[in-house]
Parts: sequence; structure tokens; C-alpha cells
Amino acid sequence: MLFEAIALSDAEWQAITLSLKIAGSAVGWILLPGIAVAWLLARHEFRGKALLDGLLHLPLVLPPVVVGYLLLLSLGRNGWLGQWLYQGFGFSLPFTWQGAAVAGGVMAFPLLVRAVRLSLEAVDPKLEAAAGTLGANRWRVLFTITLPLAIPGLLTGTVLAFARALSEFGATITFASNIPGETRTLPLALYTLIQTPGKEAAAARLCVLSIVIAMISLMASEWLARRARKRLEERDR
Amino acid sequence: MNDVSRYHGYRASDDRDDSNALDCRVQKRLGDFDLDISLTVPASGVTALFGQSGSGKTSLLRLIAGLDRPDGGYVRLGERTLTDVEQKTHVPIHKRQLGVVFQEARLFPHYRVRGNLTYGMPPAARSRFDDLVTLLGIGHLLERLPGTLSGGEARRVAIGRALLTQPRMLLMDEPLTGLDGERKQELLRYLVRLTREIDIPVVYVSHDAAEIVAVADHLALVEQGRLVAHGPLDELMMRLDLTDRLGGFDATTRLSAKVVDHDDRYSLTRVVLDDGQTLRIPAVDQPPGTPIRLSVGVRDVALAHAMPEGTSYRNGLDTTIEAIEPSPQEPSANEVRLLIGRQRLRARLTRQACDEMQLEVGKSVVALIRSVAFDSRF
Repeated sequence: MLFEAIALSDAEWQAITLSLKIAGSAVGWILLPGIAVAWLLARHEFRGKALLDGLLHLPLVLPPVVVGYLLLLSLGRNGWLGQWLYQGFGFSLPFTWQGAAVAGGVMAFPLLVRAVRLSLEAVDPKLEAAAGTLGANRWRVLFTITLPLAIPGLLTGTVLAFARALSEFGATITFASNIPGETRTLPLALYTLIQTPGKEAAAARLCVLSIVIAMISLMASEWLARRARKRLEERDR
Repeated sequence: MNDVSRYHGYRASDDRDDSNALDCRVQKRLGDFDLDISLTVPASGVTALFGQSGSGKTSLLRLIAGLDRPDGGYVRLGERTLTDVEQKTHVPIHKRQLGVVFQEARLFPHYRVRGNLTYGMPPAARSRFDDLVTLLGIGHLLERLPGTLSGGEARRVAIGRALLTQPRMLLMDEPLTGLDGERKQELLRYLVRLTREIDIPVVYVSHDAAEIVAVADHLALVEQGRLVAHGPLDELMMRLDLTDRLGGFDATTRLSAKVVDHDDRYSLTRVVLDDGQTLRIPAVDQPPGTPIRLSVGVRDVALAHAMPEGTSYRNGLDTTIEAIEPSPQEPSANEVRLLIGRQRLRARLTRQACDEMQLEVGKSVVALIRSVAFDSRF
């Protein structure tokens, strides 16, 4: 009896797996660009740096609905980018789970960049210079010195971004809508239940589920980061 | 410790000829500080860039290494132009083939010692790995992480790491800074042995006269961004006008000698100078025939017209006075330069003694030196 009470319904499973898939894809597509932009901001001076920095932080401060609407304008079938995607590849993002991943990724991007940038800036440039004197070009320095030393921050940033994408609501519902099995992630499913009279219990279950998933990802990130840091500073005095 | 001869096969670069001489003329403005130096560094031996903190010696090293760009001038290593402002040439650091040892060891914390050592090692240098590790005494540290090393150990690893890249020149920026007395002496001994084994030129930045006397063959004296004096260290140490800069109160003389034999009963070693005169010094652990370097303080040399009888002085060298000048700082003293064969020895005497003994240039005198005054640790 108890098991049946706790066991997840199909709709709940669907929302969870869909959320994980969408959040995972979101982090997947922003990871490399995020690291690249963070590296650019941490290690280089160029014209327009402040502007780029500001643009990157926009999703953090704009209402998510605005971001979703802007995505719809640019990536919709009639948008300048969406038109090109549709005509060139027969590919359309709005109302698809890929679209939800794009929305989640855009919203998570500034968090990822911030965390990675901070950890890159904490890497001592003297070590990078030393690697240079040992014959390493800038790419080898990046991949053997800078990035490995920034791994704790990279992990933190990745988990933060994942959590942000997981909890994404406003941009997703605006851009990708609320389609069961396609774009109805945990927050959207929860929202739907809240709107439906008599579904308070089901809503509470999703609420608890969200908390559990968030806790697991936070603990995983903490554990990974601590392990990475320990490896770096093993028995350091 | 003593089978140094084993490592005589160690060559840092096989295709080397005399083309590793460094020739540079650099100008650089750093805020209020203005550096303008022309310098040539011979293709072999240790050249010390010597000067006080803020004199510009480290800035010069960074310009040579390519870590900074000069405002004007050039840096050439043999035939190769590393930097030339007029030609707009600037070879990036990683293509310069210069080994750099920084003041802090700058080991990579996420690599073990072995990984640090092999980071820049080309396959051709693999055969030298074991010899160099033995020479630096870091064999037992290979699997450790840098965070667990002592200051001296970390620096030895940093030196090994730089040498294993097969550099054409080794640049060292105050490698002994921040070590306590004992560790400093230990690392200095490693450095002296190492610099005798490698056949690439070494540029060694330091502000410590004793350190320079121990390791350097040539000296470039830097003050306020300018080169003040430049040449073989033995010659510069004989320049009475440089006494203040080169050791001052504790100025010393370096002598080259060869081990003759050992007196085990008294723990003394007899060494011979190139003119055939012998000295007794505290025992050195080297076989007969080994060339060694001695240093003796200018305040540890006394003069007499003849070797006195019943004295504790173990050494009396026949010398000729080459120069006498008033001490730059000490009003009571004269600096005296003596000739022993082709080598020179300095003594600091009271002016009173000089007058009473009627010392003059060209006169023959006996230089009395206590055995215990010799330092042969290097």
C-alpha cells in the first residue's frame, strides 16, 4: 500500500525524465561556448568587453518571459534565425523539447559563465607563464594548466547551470509552450496541477520531487568540487 | 655526492656550438623606472646579473625570456633574433628554447613531480632524465605532489624541469630567495655542481654577493637600470673601486687550486696553486688532482716581510704587491692587491700597518692565511 502511495505515476515519470533530458541538453550546448566566453573575459582585454559582459548578464535580470518572447521573435519560424533554420534544415525550435533546452540554456548561460570565469581568474597566471617557458603554446597551456586548475569552479558552474535549466519556467512556457511529453517539465507540470482544482495532493508530490532533485544535484556538485579540490591540494601545507 | 664525473656526459643540447652567446640591447620604461642596458653573455659559464632590489636585473631577465617586451632594442641568442623592436620581431616565449627558473618554484600543483619534470621534455631528452634527477637529488620525490615538497626540494624540481626542456640557455631569477640558511647552502651546493655539469650558458640573477662568489664566472653589475661593470668575476673582484658593491665589509677573493693530498690525522687537505705554491685548508672530500675553488675573506689575510716562526698561521704565500688603495668605507684601512703567479689575492690592512711595514707597489711580501679561513664548500 505504502509503495503504491509513493510510486510515481507515468505522468510524473514523464515530467522528471523530460526535465532531466532538457536540462542536460541545455547544459550540454552551453558548456563549451560558456567556457570559451568565460576564458575570453578572464584572460583577455578587448574593445567591447564591458558590453559583452552586460549582454551576458541580461537573462539574469530580465523577466524570463521577455527572454522567451525574444527567443520566439528570433528563433520562431518567421524569426531571422528561425527562418534560416527552417528553410535550411527543416528544423523548427518553438514547441519542441529542443526549444525548451535552448530556453533553459540561455537562462543558465550567465550563471555558468560567472562561475567558470571566477575559477579561471583564480588560476595563477604565473603558472601559465611558467608553462610557456617550458615550450607549451597557449592551447596546451589552456588544456593542461588553466582548465584542470579551474575544475572545481567548472563543476560548480555546470551544476548551477543544470539546476537553473531544471527550474526554468517563464522563458520555456513562452517559447516552447506547455505540451505534455514534449515540453512539460517539472515546473510546468506543477504549474498545470496548481491551475487544476482538486489536484493539490499531486502538486505537493511534484513539489517534494523538485526539492529532492535539487538537493541531489547540489550535494553531487559539492562532492565533486571537494574531490577535485582535494586532488589539487592533496596534503598541501 | 662525489661521483660527479659520472655526469660529465650530460649535455643539454648536442647540436650546440659556440652560438649560444647572448647579445642584447634593451630599453624599457616601467613607470618612473628606466632600463637601458647593453649586455653580452658568453656562450658558457654562469653570468650573474647582480644588483640591489629594484636595480632592474629581474626586469632584464624577463625581457630576455620574452615575458615582457622592450620598448626598444634587440635580444639575440647566437644567430637567432629573439626580439627586435625595429624589425618588429618577437619570438613568443614557448618558442625561445630558454629554460627559466623563477623566484618561486611555480610547480604545477596538479602534476606529480615526475609530471612537472616531463612537462616540457622532448623525447630526445628522455635519456637524460635519470642522470639529472640523480644530480639534483630528487629521485625519491618523483611520485609526490608539489604541495608536499619543502622549499628547497621544490626549487630543485623547478630547475630540473627547466633543464629537461633542453634549453639553449638557463635563466635563473634569485633561485635561493626565501630559503633559510641551511636549505640555502644545500641548494647552492646543488647549483654549483649543476652549473659545472651543464654546457649551456646560465644567467643568474641575485642580490647576494656570497651567492655570486659561489656560482658565477662572469658578472654584470646593474644599478638603477644601467650596467655599471661587466666582465669575468675574478677580475671584477680585484677591482678595489667595486669593493662596496661586491661584498663590502665581507669582500672575498677566489682562488683556483688543485687537490694534492689529504692529512687524515688533522683533517686537512693540501692544495696547489698554479704557480706551484701550496696551501693547507680544512679537508675537502675530493680525490687528488680535482680542481677546486677556494674563497678567503679580505680580512683574513695578513702580511709579513718573512714567514714568522712559531706561528699558528698554516699558510704563507710569496706574493708581490700590485696595488694599495684606501678602503672606500673604512677610514682605518687600505685595500691591498697581491700577485701570486697569475692569480690575485686581496688583503685589507690598517693604514698604520701599511705605513709601519713601508708597503709599496712592487714589493715582495708573504701573505699569511689561517687554514680555517678558507671556504671550499663550493
